[in-house]
Amino acid sequence: MTTLDTSDELHLKLYRQMFLIRRFEEEAARAYAQGKIGGFLHLYIGQEAIAVGAHAAMRQDDYMLTTYRDHGLALARGMAPRAAMAELFGKVTGCSKGLGGSMHFFDREHNMLGGYGIVGGHIPIGVGTAFASKYRGEDRVSMVFFGEGAVSIGDFHEGMSLASLWRLPVVFVCENNEYAMGTPISRTLSVADVSQKALGYGMARERFAAESVIHVRDRLRAIVDRVRETSEPTLVEIQTYRFRGHSMSDPGKYRTKEELEERKRKDVVLRARVELEEKGQSEALERIEKEVEDEVTDAIRFAEESPEPGPEILAPTTYTGAFAR
Amino acid sequence: MPQMNMVQAINDALRFEMRRDPRVVVLGEDVGKVGGVFRVTQGLFDEFGDDRVIDTPLSEGGIIGTAIGMALYGLVPVPEIQFSDFIFPAYDQIVSELAKFRYRSGGEYPAKIVIRTPVGGGIRGGHYHSQSPESQFIHVAGLKVVCPSNPADAKGLLLASIRDPDPVLFFEPKRIYRAAKGEVPEGDVTVPIGKARVVRSGKHLTLVAWGAMLYEALDAANQAASQGIETEVIDLRTLWPLDIDTIVESVKKTGRVVVVHEAPKSCGFGAEIVALVNEKAFLHLEAPPLRITGFDTPFPYTLENEYLPLSHRILPGIVQTARY
Repeated sequence: MTTLDTSDELHLKLYRQMFLIRRFEEEAARAYAQGKIGGFLHLYIGQEAIAVGAHAAMRQDDYMLTTYRDHGLALARGMAPRAAMAELFGKVTGCSKGLGGSMHFFDREHNMLGGYGIVGGHIPIGVGTAFASKYRGEDRVSMVFFGEGAVSIGDFHEGMSLASLWRLPVVFVCENNEYAMGTPISRTLSVADVSQKALGYGMARERFAAESVIHVRDRLRAIVDRVRETSEPTLVEIQTYRFRGHSMSDPGKYRTKEELEERKRKDVVLRARVELEEKGQSEALERIEKEVEDEVTDAIRFAEESPEPGPEILAPTTYTGAFAR
Repeated sequence: MPQMNMVQAINDALRFEMRRDPRVVVLGEDVGKVGGVFRVTQGLFDEFGDDRVIDTPLSEGGIIGTAIGMALYGLVPVPEIQFSDFIFPAYDQIVSELAKFRYRSGGEYPAKIVIRTPVGGGIRGGHYHSQSPESQFIHVAGLKVVCPSNPADAKGLLLASIRDPDPVLFFEPKRIYRAAKGEVPEGDVTVPIGKARVVRSGKHLTLVAWGAMLYEALDAANQAASQGIETEVIDLRTLWPLDIDTIVESVKKTGRVVVVHEAPKSCGFGAEIVALVNEKAFLHLEAPPLRITGFDTPFPYTLENEYLPLSHRILPGIVQTARY
């Protein structure tokens, strides 16, 4: 077991990552409303403690894969806000040269192996990276995120089944935000406890709420350490809540204002800030927030000023040879 | 050179490459101890062990998804889908994930795997064990599609596929798994992907085929010769990327083209070939291009020899097109 860092310094670092995700996405939402970002934009606002806590529980050489709600994990992993924002704007300087957009971030350098737009499609892929780690005698862990809406899809079960059969070092993290698009979990699943899905595969399971980023880090670190040591997979259900709609086009009318307001009172970002203030870190907080504001402003400017890719960029992205016939 | 059938040649290629490259792993249903339902992987389990020749549950989406993850980590997986009719549970993984990895990473990170799968009719398998779904994969940008017709090509193309930087679907015509025999070069001999072969030259008509139907095409061409029609027969070997230059060069000489395939006619690969010939050699054509194919129905258990474009269906097409 590794000893856990509980210093204010670490807490500030995690707060900084969460605050960056929050401010990055708020500005992305503004740019979307201005028509600068096209297509779909799924915001992670409200769930930040999970990506940031999970990143802190993992090593940088571990692999992490997630859903189309992927900005948070990419930034937590270390993707530059410039590359992330430029991707949203469809610019050639984006993490996937503007070819993927919001739902399909990809960052090989930071071992963030993608956001995936097909629900559940990435789950067996994370099983494959875990297989390769074991095959090569390495101890890198794979972590796959998905929502509770994905656990009814075949890929989830096939991935779980193979991971357990082959005893692979993979952590399946279900971010249960209670709504599969607009449908509550009570109407999509026969059980309220998603972690029960592990039972049929003889897999270890854990279940907790994302109360704070430190809490998420602590719980996941213990799980990741165990998975790394034993090469036994685990299904983890983390209860959370998103403050925005499923995507920008979703006004979220399927839940009451009261429900939303109550959840917002438990905001993990605000909560971390209050705790750090109480510990006398006001000055550090202000400095961090100023830095993040500058970084996000810079990312927006960078994205706006970057060029769009030309059609010639498509050729080497499909086959080794030319794509056009 | 040793004589082999298709099964032995493919087995030889897998064994050769697994000895050469420790990153190569084989996975699929029954591929381990059993050696595969057609015994193509026989003996590999004993030589390379269960961490390189991996029995999987019936889980096609899981098999291909896992193989993609292995490839992202630097392994070279060669998954087997037991029949190409069973590939559809994995269609989402192949279409949505595998084919798009190079693209989504800005051209830098292909997920490179070779999916081997028996294809086509000829064993009275009925509608779930006989289909030829090649055009459904050719239509997906990002995949290469190969279908050999003889043991030497099977070995050489499989070696080339495993070493190719793009994902490859390797269709193995099961009708000729054991029937097609021939000399196979020993050791490291590859056949380039994307190159068709003119297997019979002629000046009156170009006949395009691949896989098991190549033999039917050749049979029909030989019969046509007795009626004074000299048919040029092209074995595509690689379906995508298509060697259209070889076809066009031939059509410019003959002015007539007939395409043969097992799959249903509508939107089959013959449609694409005819379209390309029209685009590239229209003014050389002396007759309407013709497709001789399976029917737009499920693959039948009874009537298999009517459904398949066997030589008795090809010959009248040759004569009709040549005399147009």
